[in-house]
Amino acid sequence: MNRLPRRLVVGLAITPAVGLAVFYLWPFATLLAEAISWEAVTTVLGRGRTWEIVWFTTWQAIASTVLTMLVGLAPAWVVARFDFPGRRGLVSILTAVFVMPTVVMGAAMLAVLPDSLDRTVWAVLGAHVLFNVAVIVRTVGAVWEHLPVDMEHAAATLGASPIAVFRHITLPLLKPAMSAAAAIVFLFTFTSFGVIRVVGAPGTRTIEVEVWRRATQLGQVDQAAVLTVLQLVALAAVAVWSVRAQRRHSRALALRPLTRPQRPRRQRDRRSVAAVASATAVVALGPFVALVVRSMSTPTGWTLEAWRTIDTAEVRPGLSVGIDPIDALVNSLQTMLWATAIAVIVGALASLAIAAAGRAGRVLDAGLMLPIGTSAVTIGFGMLITFDTDPVDWRASWWIVPVGHALVAVPFVVRTTLGVLRAVDPDLVAAANTLGASPTRAWSTVIVPHLWKPLAVAAAFAAAISLGEFGATSFLSRSGNETLPIAIEALLGRPGSLLQAKGYVLATMLAAATMVVVLVVDRFQERGR
Amino acid sequence: MTTSGSEVGVEHVTVSFDGEIVLDDVSLTIEPGAVIALVGGSGTGKSTLLRVIAGLLVPDTGRVLLDGCDITDTPTHRRGIGMVFQDNQLFPHLTVAENIAFGLKMAGAPPAEQRAQASRSLDEVGLAGFERRQATELSGGEAKRVALARTLATDPRVVLLDEPLTGLDRDLHDELMHDLADRLRRTDATAILVTHDHAEADAIADRTVELAGL
Repeated sequence: MNRLPRRLVVGLAITPAVGLAVFYLWPFATLLAEAISWEAVTTVLGRGRTWEIVWFTTWQAIASTVLTMLVGLAPAWVVARFDFPGRRGLVSILTAVFVMPTVVMGAAMLAVLPDSLDRTVWAVLGAHVLFNVAVIVRTVGAVWEHLPVDMEHAAATLGASPIAVFRHITLPLLKPAMSAAAAIVFLFTFTSFGVIRVVGAPGTRTIEVEVWRRATQLGQVDQAAVLTVLQLVALAAVAVWSVRAQRRHSRALALRPLTRPQRPRRQRDRRSVAAVASATAVVALGPFVALVVRSMSTPTGWTLEAWRTIDTAEVRPGLSVGIDPIDALVNSLQTMLWATAIAVIVGALASLAIAAAGRAGRVLDAGLMLPIGTSAVTIGFGMLITFDTDPVDWRASWWIVPVGHALVAVPFVVRTTLGVLRAVDPDLVAAANTLGASPTRAWSTVIVPHLWKPLAVAAAFAAAISLGEFGATSFLSRSGNETLPIAIEALLGRPGSLLQAKGYVLATMLAAATMVVVLVVDRFQERGR
Repeated sequence: MTTSGSEVGVEHVTVSFDGEIVLDDVSLTIEPGAVIALVGGSGTGKSTLLRVIAGLLVPDTGRVLLDGCDITDTPTHRRGIGMVFQDNQLFPHLTVAENIAFGLKMAGAPPAEQRAQASRSLDEVGLAGFERRQATELSGGEAKRVALARTLATDPRVVLLDEPLTGLDRDLHDELMHDLADRLRRTDATAILVTHDHAEADAIADRTVELAGL
């Protein structure tokens, strides 16, 4: 009948499938095999330190989630309910903050907090909250926007005070969205790595950081593998709980087409909106302003020295720290280009294959999502211990870091493009068929052209992901080949105000680059609408 | 019905949205216990006027009076004015009984009284036995009856109805129209019905007011 030739679908699927098998499934299997060691398991589980780390990882994630929810509800309310000058800008700022590289967020926290709070749990919580406010504003806000204002009005005409309306009507109706958002924030903060590497101290280590430390600093690969599995078990438990909770909460909410957010009419509303919106903007932007300030300030006063001497690795004539900022920048850009190219090509092939293949496509779809479910650290760790012997001793290959980045980025490329492909009306293909086009011809003229626009957005996302990627890179990059995030973490970890200032210079550059990507994507999507 | 209806007064009310004037110096007095219909084409500000009376919208200028007292600055929940919305606005996370008892709960009535009143109200609108249904499972006509029962359960002094019968099919519309007329006549509450349908206005209200003429 009018189906695509099997050969074509297989041809599309083969590259993503093989790539997934070689660079994800195989390393993952190696990692699991490494963890099957009675000695390593008993050592890790018998060590008191392990449980301290598990406990810290858990409670800081819970605290981060609760705080994020408390901080995020006010801006979510303002954005969902009111129209005001700067509303779109506020959402863009929060989105930009959300996609900031983890080391940049860590650097920004170091920059804005007083020295006494640096490298404490407060810095960790601050970074986590700031990162994830966007999750609350976007997921909870989206549902809030669709709750009819008149439903709250109806409650008021029945005698409910504003607080009672919130408690009895708004809150219960937002609960499913809130628990979904909470699960996301919990997962993000439970697996926090980059932030902790930058702002953390020995007492504030997550399981991820401990995996990295054991594997790369102490050479205890088997113990690190056991910790990875421990973390995967915890994540799976949370995921199951979250799905259950969603199901329990889910009710057929007849969400109406939204009444557009209104200009606040009451004086009181105007004041609250202005206060919440400006406080949110200040809190979100403050740390990044501090980043720029710190790149230009030293104990002895204002100076542009760090910016001027960014192209030299020397701290003093003849004394070098071994990290060349400009090399790191160039290396990061090259890595970004390759990672983006790989992610876009593989992701596009995968999307086309998944959209065309029916049931088999679903397997590929699920498989390609796995790298999100595990973590970048797990990906990097697995690759590190798999590709270390001939004929696959690829650790020193220049392409191993871009491949790692692409693995992290492909799920986003697939998610951005697949929905668009699936939304193409099948009748269009049928129409092309009745006009004499073969299935392949119909596919290539009707379906494929829809790919380009979402692919451009996906490419920008992939570029941003690669620029800021830190987890996998921590395992895969070699000294002398540092990327920007690696260099930033290293510089900020060194004593010496000039080195620190240089760290802030690089962080400022990376923050600016990320901001540009977000604004470009934002514009692009706005124009497409 | 214990409470009697209130006199509703609107004095020189003006409302504009983004510079566009929707209500221009509107004044109106409705005697206690009357059932009146506000009619006018779309865009004449009928619903806007109801919202001003309910306290859901602050007028740019002018006053709203209840039995001669200025309530312009009184928040909605302290006005004792009930309202039936065009799309019902039943609370989807509550049962039918909980929806109807919501006002009593807000007033602090004990649970037993809430339950008894809910059953009584359901009886009155012909939906006996519907207590434990979810609000989302109701048909269009049932939801409308529950919305009316919910508003009347607290015995409000004034009942506002914002195009309550719009969007229903013909038979259901006519049936509900008669029920509504009957139900409103049996309460002492002052009622203001907003509609664009003159036949509906004539069937339900004692008196019709053309908004364009105010």
